[in-house]
Amino acid sequence: MKVRSQISMVFHLDKCIGCHTCSVACKNLWTDRKGAEYMWWNNVETKPGTGYPFRWEDQNDYNGGWIKKGSRIELKGSSKLQAFKNIFHNPNLPVMDDYYEPWTYKYEDLINSPEQDTQPTARPVSLVTGEYIDIKGGPNWDDDLSGSEEFAKNDPNFDKMSAEEKDGLFNLQRMVMMYLPRICNHCLNPSCLASCPSGAIYKRGEDGIVLINQDACRGWRMCVSACPYKKTFYNWETGKSEKCILCFPRLEVGEVPACMHSCVGRIRYLGVLLYDQDQIENVAHMEEGQLIDGQVNAILNPFDPEVIKAAKESGLADSMIEAAQKSPVYKWVKEWKVALPLHAEYRTLPMLFYVPPLLPIMGNISENGYDNSNHTYFTSIEKSRLPIQYLASLFSCGDEGKVRDVLKKLMAVRIFRREESVGDQSKPWVQKALSEVGLDEKTANAIFKLTSMCTFEERFVIPASHREMAIEMTKMVLEAKGETGFGTSNKPERI
Amino acid sequence: MSDQLLFSVFPYVAVIMAVVVTLVRYRFQKFKFSSLSSQFLEGKSLFWGSVPWHIGIIIVLAGHFVAFLLPEQILAFNSVPARLVLLEVTGLAMALLALVGLALLIFRRLNNKRIQAVTTTSDYVVLLVLLVQVISGIMIAVGHRWGSNWYASSMVPYLRSLFLLKPNLGFVVSMPWTVKIHILNAFVFIMLIPFTRFVHFLVVPFQYVNRPWQIVRWNWDPSRSRKS
Repeated sequence: MKVRSQISMVFHLDKCIGCHTCSVACKNLWTDRKGAEYMWWNNVETKPGTGYPFRWEDQNDYNGGWIKKGSRIELKGSSKLQAFKNIFHNPNLPVMDDYYEPWTYKYEDLINSPEQDTQPTARPVSLVTGEYIDIKGGPNWDDDLSGSEEFAKNDPNFDKMSAEEKDGLFNLQRMVMMYLPRICNHCLNPSCLASCPSGAIYKRGEDGIVLINQDACRGWRMCVSACPYKKTFYNWETGKSEKCILCFPRLEVGEVPACMHSCVGRIRYLGVLLYDQDQIENVAHMEEGQLIDGQVNAILNPFDPEVIKAAKESGLADSMIEAAQKSPVYKWVKEWKVALPLHAEYRTLPMLFYVPPLLPIMGNISENGYDNSNHTYFTSIEKSRLPIQYLASLFSCGDEGKVRDVLKKLMAVRIFRREESVGDQSKPWVQKALSEVGLDEKTANAIFKLTSMCTFEERFVIPASHREMAIEMTKMVLEAKGETGFGTSNKPERI
Repeated sequence: MSDQLLFSVFPYVAVIMAVVVTLVRYRFQKFKFSSLSSQFLEGKSLFWGSVPWHIGIIIVLAGHFVAFLLPEQILAFNSVPARLVLLEVTGLAMALLALVGLALLIFRRLNNKRIQAVTTTSDYVVLLVLLVQVISGIMIAVGHRWGSNWYASSMVPYLRSLFLLKPNLGFVVSMPWTVKIHILNAFVFIMLIPFTRFVHFLVVPFQYVNRPWQIVRWNWDPSRSRKS
C-alpha cells in the first residue's frame, strides 16, 4: 500500500442557486487577461443544457477521456503515435466558436457622443479582433433556459432517451432544471496529463493538484482535446494552455480557493482524501459499472492504524493525516456515500464529487396543484419529474440504482429532520425510513449538520503545505538563506 | 569578395547567432518556446494549409539531409535513369505540396480577422523567408536538372567544407542566381530560428513516445532528504 494525499472537493447541488459568484471570483483572480478572456476555469451550467463549451459531454464528437479497448485503456482521442500526426492539426480540438467569442462594449461612445436626438449606445466589440460583433453566445448563454429547443433539448445526456421520453420531459408541467458548477476535477488518472507530448503537465505529489508548467508547454494543444470535461484551455495570445490551479498559491498559505470562499450557497466542501496509489491503474481498468465503487474503495480510512502507519512510511506529514481525519469530503464520499463523481465513465477518476440534487425531482403538478407531500417515503423519487436516468447519466455511469440510493438517503434525512423540528411525522414511520436506507439518527443528524449548519472550518479543512520543509529536508537552512523568495521571471510575451 | 562574404562568412555568423541565441533563450526565456498555434482561432482552413505544408517540407528537408550525409550513395542510386526520375519527381511533388500548403497558410493569415489579431511582424518575416526558399527551390528543380545529382556532387562538398571549418566555395561562385538565393536564404532561415516561431521544431516532443502516462512531482521528496 502506497498512500498518497489529494485535496478533493464536494459540491452539494441542492444548495447551488446558480448565482455565478464562484465564476466571477475565479475570473477576477486568474483569467482577466488577454488570451484568457474566454476561459472560465470555474463555470456554472444549467442542466438540462448543452454546457460550455457546446455539448462538451459528447465524446463521440470531442473524443476526450479514456476508452477501454480489450483489457487495456487508452486515450480516446489519439494514440501516442497519432499525436505526432495531430500536432500539425488536431482534429479533436474545439475552436473558439465552440466556446464563444469574448467581447466588451464601446463604453466611451456613451461619453463621447455628440448631442443628438437619440440615445447613444455602447455597441459590443470583439476582444479578439476589436471589431463590432453580433454576440452569438456566451459561457452561460443557456442560463435558466430549461426546455429550450437549442440548449436543453440538445443535452448529450438525453442522447440515449427515446423521442417520446424526451418530449414528455419538456411538457410545461414537467419542466425542471438544476445547476452544475464545474471546475477542474484534478483527476487521479488525468487524460490531459497523459496526452501532453511535452510532458508539461504534472500532478503534485502532496496535494494532487494538476498543473501546466507554462515554461514547458509548447502549445501542441493535445490536453485541450483530451480532457473530457474541457477544463484545459488554450490561450490564443501566449500560445500556451492553461487550467484551474485550485488556487494553489492560496491553499499553500491556508486560504480557501476563491470559488469556494466566495460561494454564496455554501455548497462547496474541500478536504484531504488519502488513497492507495497502487490501486489507481487497476481502478481505471475496471468495467464501467464498477468504476465508482472501485474509486471509492481506493480511498483509505484515515482513522485505520494500518493506513496511518503506511501513510507515514509513504512520507505524509502528520498534519496531512490529521487533515484527512477532519476532511468533510471523506464523510460525503466514503462514510455516507452520498457524493458521486461526474461522468466517471471517462475513466479519469475525477476527484471532485457531487451530491446529486433532490429538489428538481421532488414535487409534481397534480390536479390539486403543486404537490410535494410525502405520503409514502420515497414515492416522489420514483415518480420524479426529472428522470432518474438523467441524473444517472451524469453521476453514476447510467446506474440508476446508485443515484436512487443517494437520493433516498437525502430524503430520509429530510423526513427525519421534519419530525425533529416540526413533529408532524410519526416516530416509528421516521425510524423505518432511516433504517430502509441504512442510516441511524446520529448519522442523519451529522448529514443534516454538514449540509445546512456547517461552519467555515467544517467545510474547508486545508492541510499545512510545509513548503518550508521542502528546503529544510534537502539543504542546511543557513545554506539556503538568501536563495529563496527571489528570482527572475519572464513576462508572458509572444516572440 | 562579396561571394566570400556571403558564402563563407555569413553562414558562420548565421549559425553562431542561431546557436547562441537559442541557448540563451532556452535558458532564460523558455516561455517563448511555443508553436504559437492558431488552430483555436480558425481550424478548418488550417488543416488544408498546415498538413500539406508540414508533410511536404519535412520530406524535402529530409532529402537534403540524406544527400548531405550520403552523397556517393545518392549518385549511385541515380545512376539508373528510372530511379533518378523517381527521386526527382517525388522531390518536386513534395515541394509543390509544401508550396500549396504555404500559399493557403499565407492566404489564411492575411484574410482571417482573428488570425490577424495574433499576427506579428515576425510571422510575416517567417512566411516570406519560407516562400522565397520554396519557390527558389522549385525553380531550381525545374530549371536546372538534375538537382539531386549536382547537389550531391557540387553542393555537398561546399556544405561539408563549411562544416569542417575550411570554407571552400568551389562551384558555388559559378552557380545560377536562383541557387545562390536558395543557399543564402537557407542561412537567413537558420539565423531567424531563435527569434521566431521556428523554435517550435527544436522542441519536437520525441520523448513522448517513451514516457509513462502519468507524471507526479513533489515539492518535498522524502527519498532525497539530507542525511545530516
